[in-house]
Amino acid sequence: MALQSLDIKRVSATTVTPPTARSPVGGSVAKLIDASKCIGCKACQTACMEWNDIRDEVGVNSGIYDNPTDLTPKSWTVMRFAEHENEDGNLEWLIRKDGCMHCEDPGCLKACPAPGAIVQYANGIVDFQQENCIGCGYCVTGCPFDVPRISKQDNRAYKCTLCSDRVAVGQEPACVKTCPTGAIMFGTKEDMKTHAAERIEDLKERGYQNAGLYDPAGVGGTHVMYVLHHANKPSLYSGLRDNPAISPAVAIWKGLAKPLAMAGMAAAALAGLFHYTRVGPNEVSREEEAEALAEAKRLQEDKHEA
Amino acid sequence: MKHELRDKDGNPLIERYNANERSNHWITAICFVLAGLSGLAMFHPVMAWLALLFGGGQWTRILHPFFGLVMFVAFAVLVVRFWHHNQFEPGDKQWLKQIPDVLNGNEHALPKVGRYNAGQKMLFFTLIACMVFLLLTGIVIWRAWFSHLFPIGVIRLSAVLHAFFAFVIIVSIIVHVYAGIWIKGTMGAMVRGTVTYGWVRKHHPRWFEQLMRDKGGR
Repeated sequence: MALQSLDIKRVSATTVTPPTARSPVGGSVAKLIDASKCIGCKACQTACMEWNDIRDEVGVNSGIYDNPTDLTPKSWTVMRFAEHENEDGNLEWLIRKDGCMHCEDPGCLKACPAPGAIVQYANGIVDFQQENCIGCGYCVTGCPFDVPRISKQDNRAYKCTLCSDRVAVGQEPACVKTCPTGAIMFGTKEDMKTHAAERIEDLKERGYQNAGLYDPAGVGGTHVMYVLHHANKPSLYSGLRDNPAISPAVAIWKGLAKPLAMAGMAAAALAGLFHYTRVGPNEVSREEEAEALAEAKRLQEDKHEA
Repeated sequence: MKHELRDKDGNPLIERYNANERSNHWITAICFVLAGLSGLAMFHPVMAWLALLFGGGQWTRILHPFFGLVMFVAFAVLVVRFWHHNQFEPGDKQWLKQIPDVLNGNEHALPKVGRYNAGQKMLFFTLIACMVFLLLTGIVIWRAWFSHLFPIGVIRLSAVLHAFFAFVIIVSIIVHVYAGIWIKGTMGAMVRGTVTYGWVRKHHPRWFEQLMRDKGGR
């Protein structure tokens, strides 16, 4: 998506600060997905395909409603259907629209080794710039939500862009525009939180004691949030992570290890230079060569006598 | 009897590495440099420009694992060739204790070294460990072919371990190269295959004695 017209606040594999003079006055944006309003119609999946010009291969029915069954390079959002039996023994159909969560602290961007292949706009959207992507899959390794997918066609990573191209011109994402029940909303993150708070109050009145907002602090909050009837157990919703965070292994690999390793290698090379210039080379003198020849003769004669 | 090796002034020389050993070493070395540079390009942003040497980021990502594979195979052959020379011996511990003497060039104060000194043997086994772990972790993080076979936790651990062993092997090779620069006459061993009598007697006296006795017996 090289034609972006949004300001960028973070760039992958870049050590300097991008231009930050401009920042959205209204704060960052967010998409709010109200799981309690979702009817699983998949209009959002279709809208995503249409707007982004992606047509996944037609799959097969796997016996459940999930189709496609997982995110792919050409399916950036999928509905996941979970059958949950509540304490009263009743069935609850927990439907979750899965896709990129647009973390405030994105594990994909942290892990990415290609300068400019992943950016975070000033409004919070995390976007892949495929023309800079090298196809290494480190974003997959870094993502706490298992979202990015590498295309076998072009070896580049794809995921939901939060319709950054639409947002840039003041429109809401395609899935938001199409959702027939209003389960998907879009606006400033503050507005979405306020709206969510009202919905949660509503849900609590209707008996969902544990209703709440999913905006996990472990990744600095997300720019895609869920209203869940069971916010105390996000994993009920087809394995939504309870406490997502960037893995410690990734944090070390892409954190402290980088400067330490560079310093260590430079120190080793410098140690060599200074050793050489202080101690000097270790040479064999002419006398030592002569002694060696004499010794060689002696040793060979010794052997003859023995 | 084999034609005796002599330098241009007529001084006798000792063959330390034959032509096959030298080629084997340099194939490994070239692969190390290529794998190292392409790996660094993907390790730290300040090294990202190195990707240009390989034709850009995509090519760097494609080629790096293959450099690594060839390096591993070439190194494995070197290990077979040099394994029996690198077994630890009684004097090695004392040699390591006297590292300050080694670094200051006080070789006369050290226990008599055979064909390889204790430092070289340590390098040998450090490289084996690094190569094995780099191969194993490298396969796990080789996204195009193998990553889908492993759980995400294993991939994450492998990524950080791959970087760690790469760091160890790069520092080890810096030491290895420096030793070759510092000890004059060493480069010849791997470039032309030969070293002087004085070099062998000074740096590997026990090997020298053994060689000369064997020669006398012939």
